[in-house]
Amino acid sequence: MALNRKIAYIDLSTGKVETKPIPLEVRKKFLGGRGLDAYLLFNHTEKGIDPLGPKNTLMVSAGILTATCASATARTHIMAKSPLTDLLGSANMGGFFAPELAWAGFHHLVIKGKAEKPIYLWIHNGEIELRDASQLWGKTTTETQWAIREELGDEDIKSAVIGPAGENLVRIANVMTGIKNAAGRSGMGAVMGSKNLKAIAVRGTMDIKIAYPLEALEYNKRFIDQIVSAKVNQTQGTLGTPFIWGATNSWGGIRTRNFQYNQCEYADDIEPERIDEICTETMGPYHMTGCFGCQVHCRAQYRIPSGPYAGKYDEGPEYTSQGAFGGEPDCKNAVTVLTGNHLVDQWGMDNLETGSLISWAMELSEEGILTSKDIDGLDLRFGNDEALLEMIRRIAFREGWLGDTLAEGGIRAAEKIGKDSFEYLIQVKGMSNLHSDERATPALALGIATGSRGSDHLRSRPAIDLYHLPEEVLRKIYSNPVPYDGPLSSEHTSYVGKPWQVLWQELCYMGVDCLGICKYHTTFLGATLPNFEDWAKVIYYNTGLEITPTDIWTVAERCYNIERLFNLREGLTRDDPKKGDTLNHRYFDEPCRRGAPDVIGSKIDRKKFKKMIDEYYEHHGWDENGVPREETLKRLGLDKEPSHLL
Amino acid sequence: MEPMGKVLMINYEKCTGCRLCELVCSVMHEGVSNPSRSRIKIMKWESEGLYIPMSCQQCQDAPCIAVCPVKAISRDETLDFLKVDYDICIGCRACVSACPFGAMSFDVIAKKVIKCDLCDGEPQCVRFCEIEALEYVDADRVSVFKKKEAAQRLSLAQKEAAALQAEM
Repeated sequence: MALNRKIAYIDLSTGKVETKPIPLEVRKKFLGGRGLDAYLLFNHTEKGIDPLGPKNTLMVSAGILTATCASATARTHIMAKSPLTDLLGSANMGGFFAPELAWAGFHHLVIKGKAEKPIYLWIHNGEIELRDASQLWGKTTTETQWAIREELGDEDIKSAVIGPAGENLVRIANVMTGIKNAAGRSGMGAVMGSKNLKAIAVRGTMDIKIAYPLEALEYNKRFIDQIVSAKVNQTQGTLGTPFIWGATNSWGGIRTRNFQYNQCEYADDIEPERIDEICTETMGPYHMTGCFGCQVHCRAQYRIPSGPYAGKYDEGPEYTSQGAFGGEPDCKNAVTVLTGNHLVDQWGMDNLETGSLISWAMELSEEGILTSKDIDGLDLRFGNDEALLEMIRRIAFREGWLGDTLAEGGIRAAEKIGKDSFEYLIQVKGMSNLHSDERATPALALGIATGSRGSDHLRSRPAIDLYHLPEEVLRKIYSNPVPYDGPLSSEHTSYVGKPWQVLWQELCYMGVDCLGICKYHTTFLGATLPNFEDWAKVIYYNTGLEITPTDIWTVAERCYNIERLFNLREGLTRDDPKKGDTLNHRYFDEPCRRGAPDVIGSKIDRKKFKKMIDEYYEHHGWDENGVPREETLKRLGLDKEPSHLL
Repeated sequence: MEPMGKVLMINYEKCTGCRLCELVCSVMHEGVSNPSRSRIKIMKWESEGLYIPMSCQQCQDAPCIAVCPVKAISRDETLDFLKVDYDICIGCRACVSACPFGAMSFDVIAKKVIKCDLCDGEPQCVRFCEIEALEYVDADRVSVFKKKEAAQRLSLAQKEAAALQAEM
């Protein structure tokens, strides 16, 4: 069964590998995936270590449901101390890697130390081998994966790899698998690079026993029917995540020119329908693909239609790339978006960070904070597509002063650039914000401000807040599995009840990440999708583990608190503009200039925002500084951490 | 004469490559999740975005029947598929070698040859394939669908030709 999957400790400095079973007691406390990773991170790193030094520990994991007969259990979680934020580093990717890791006998890898020379890990049916990777060093993400398959003579091998950016210790480098699946955020690729770890290759043909196979099969069918019947997933399955762009841009929720406007005008060429047209023209009518076992199939396939990379195959682009290489730098050209997306995929960098940092530099250049000497002669102004693409390359290869500077990530770059460059940097805890504009949506603003890995839309985003659902519907969603009788508001511009929604979504996403499933299969963009109650059944049918929806909620709380403890240990304080639960001052000071009538003029109210944070802490059982109270830790069984159960 | 049974129709151009069919096949037949024990397998060309599901064609003049030295393979009269009688099968794998589609596999855990048995008339791969890359249809319908698609292409071509002529 899935619960007999093992954990492996791999010391790259000594080459020593140790495998252990994961005790049931630990499973019950942390389930698996991100939650157990967080526990391992807290237990296997010391305070204040250099994220790019040998003392950082890298966790790679599958969820508790991965490769069982549950829907879309494709997600891999990766965790370490972040070289970008110096806080929690945490990233999650789809594809086919995690299930293959499970069939190969493992659910969790704890990787320590640093290899003397480039190596890769070969994990096959319970065996782990360190192999020379000198012939792979310098290769792009896909070249690396295909070369490993050729070397080992098996086309079914799945690998999680870094590209040149990870090798170059670019602090926004990601870990990738397949064509475009990326554990994008918080610089996990640089951590692999710092350990001389080019790739983790897995292949398995071991059985995962299903506790109740027929029940699991039937429940999976029901689950899938529920998931594909949601309109939002049907649209995802046709247009992919770019579909979000259309509505969001029309009401004024897309940042453009860094933070100057909240709507991207005259951008027909990067609208979802146009991108879909290119996918159809280059890949035919059936150009959607998906991750393991998923019936949403939200990933488009395309070939770049023209330009220097014409004919190159890639997948996506996601909504994130539309913003990062389209809206934010004001380059409203589909070919630019598709090319930018391809370059970061090949070189292994977070698309969101890359586009955001370049757009920031464009604004600094416009403001005269960066001079032409700083940017090595590049005409780095908004709307210059060529400069954007060239800058991507310079960051990946740390070329020129600015390329090398931006490769350090926003906060370090701001320190190097100096003047008031930091004031223009749209970040939380050192992570760049998604190109969405949250000034008209306090719930979303609170979500990014408090996210445990820094600014992020996949930690807590009450996105359904935008649908103006009736209060009774909201109450039905948000008072399960634990009761909530406080206020709730259907108004997306309101500050009422939002802290609870943020906390609820936070724990819902933590649950998803522990299970190893995708967020499109839960209450994220669709209000009718499964959550805690359904998960309890899925876990039982597949693994035999008896767990209630409330138990899963408590596990999620426990795991979220461990992440909080890690961040506090590494220096998080409530109001620190670089490490706190706060937003760039422009959210409070600059009103929205475009969009729907009720959006124009919107900005976040400082006082109300502070009150939201207070309420949010209170819901969590944290004190006014955001530190978990002793009774909270006791209730969650975290009062004796680190407890070294694994 | 009775009409022949239904067949598994593969519309490979629709396949998203998710491999849910491999998962449910192994769960249905072996009670475990293990694609290496699935009767269906998606062949992939990832760098081109091409995915093709491969399974038994239930051939009329089947090489596996012909090559089997102990006559363990026969045609199921009701569902019109080729079945292996494991009481007779000696596991020599001659059928694995002979199958021109690679659809006869060898299960290294159960140590036996495995092939698609249409799940007693309710193929789970079809049931779970929401995109309908896999369909279970009457054998005589397969060519009708193809005829219709081809006819549509002809009709479109004719319309385009007429439009071009009108422009000239």
